[in-house]
Amino acid sequence: MADDEQLRTALVEDLDAGFEAVVRTHGDVVHAVARRTAERPADAEDLAAEAFLRAYRAMRGYDAARIERLDLRPWLLTILLNTARNDRRDAARRPRTDGAADPPDRASPAPGPAERAEATDLGDRLAALLAELPVAQRTAVVLRHVVDLPVAEVAAVLACSEGTARSHAARGLAALRARLTASTPGETS
Amino acid sequence: MTDSLLEDLRDLAEPAPATLAERVVDSWVQVPGPLGDVYAVVGARGVRLLRPAAYAGELGTFLEDYRARHGRPVRPAARPPRGLLPALRGTGPGPALDLDALTPFARDVLAVTARIPSGQTRPYGWVAREAGHPRAVRAVGTVLARNPVPLLVPCHRVVRGDGDVGQYLSGRADKVALLEDEGVDLPRLAEFAAAGTRLIGSDTTGIVCLPTCHHARRITTAHRHGFPSLDRARAAGYRPCRDCRP
Repeated sequence: MADDEQLRTALVEDLDAGFEAVVRTHGDVVHAVARRTAERPADAEDLAAEAFLRAYRAMRGYDAARIERLDLRPWLLTILLNTARNDRRDAARRPRTDGAADPPDRASPAPGPAERAEATDLGDRLAALLAELPVAQRTAVVLRHVVDLPVAEVAAVLACSEGTARSHAARGLAALRARLTASTPGETS
Repeated sequence: MTDSLLEDLRDLAEPAPATLAERVVDSWVQVPGPLGDVYAVVGARGVRLLRPAAYAGELGTFLEDYRARHGRPVRPAARPPRGLLPALRGTGPGPALDLDALTPFARDVLAVTARIPSGQTRPYGWVAREAGHPRAVRAVGTVLARNPVPLLVPCHRVVRGDGDVGQYLSGRADKVALLEDEGVDLPRLAEFAAAGTRLIGSDTTGIVCLPTCHHARRITTAHRHGFPSLDRARAAGYRPCRDCRP
């Protein structure tokens, strides 16, 4: 794993070789956020790959000075979240015709209320509750607490102040705590 | 519960699948083909692009053109994808192909073209019909002229309806050379074409074939009858061959 300083140098030297190193270094974080952003688990890798390709296309137009100024991780995550937003907008605008939409004879892979109530695995339940948070809170919680970014990077990705980023994350956490308790009747901890 | 929530959230960070990097970064190889070296670009799902080096020019130009056109990074491959070398030697079914960027029609045309056996030719109109769009003859020509994977999808085996060899991505001479390498008797086909013969029938079997069909090539001169069209062959009591489907 290379640090961002080495990655930026590698990108300036050879964009494609450097970019492969970027994918290997930041792939886990980008994929983890994609996994919590994509509506279906199966779409997470597609979403992450699409975001990296968009980043590559943008970088092809950047000169060395601009690449050397890039804060890679928040920049990649910003592109990921924009990609997800565009995908959702496109999906809403036109129905999928590639057969990738849920087949009618199979339940949607996104857990419904009944499955959520049954989900015994805490991770599944937490993921489902996380997916229901308002988008700003969810994104803040994912960036701050799932992939463990510093508040400054969360703020950079959300394009808000650090105070606002902190407050989104805190309100998201509070909502998760409240709903976790509410969804486990009879269980006290 | 309060402290464990943060731990549980961190557990939701699943690592990326090992395939993510190859999904993003394509790889290239330069390998020998029937008419000299070819460049191939390979993605996670298969070969995305193949070009004869003599046609594509310098490797650097080819790669830069690929990056610009497709907006994808491309790095040297450790080894050629499985099946590429045998397919270029004509001894294997070929590597996986990634044709996802094409239209459904183009994919259908290439799928039909991929089934034409070595040493045989089919007219553009035949490909159009087999692809389910009998009137889209010109569109078939356009798709094949832009075939991203020539040699692997043998578009050189698709010829004009009047028997002429027709055009090819890297030039007519390459198409002639490829067909001759596969044993296609071009002078004989030119004779048929000049005589207005599009189909060959055998009066012992009552079956009519395209001239390069392996059944047609076995018909002896004494039993061979030429026809200008399938209608005329049918009128004479012949039925179309089930292999070459004239």
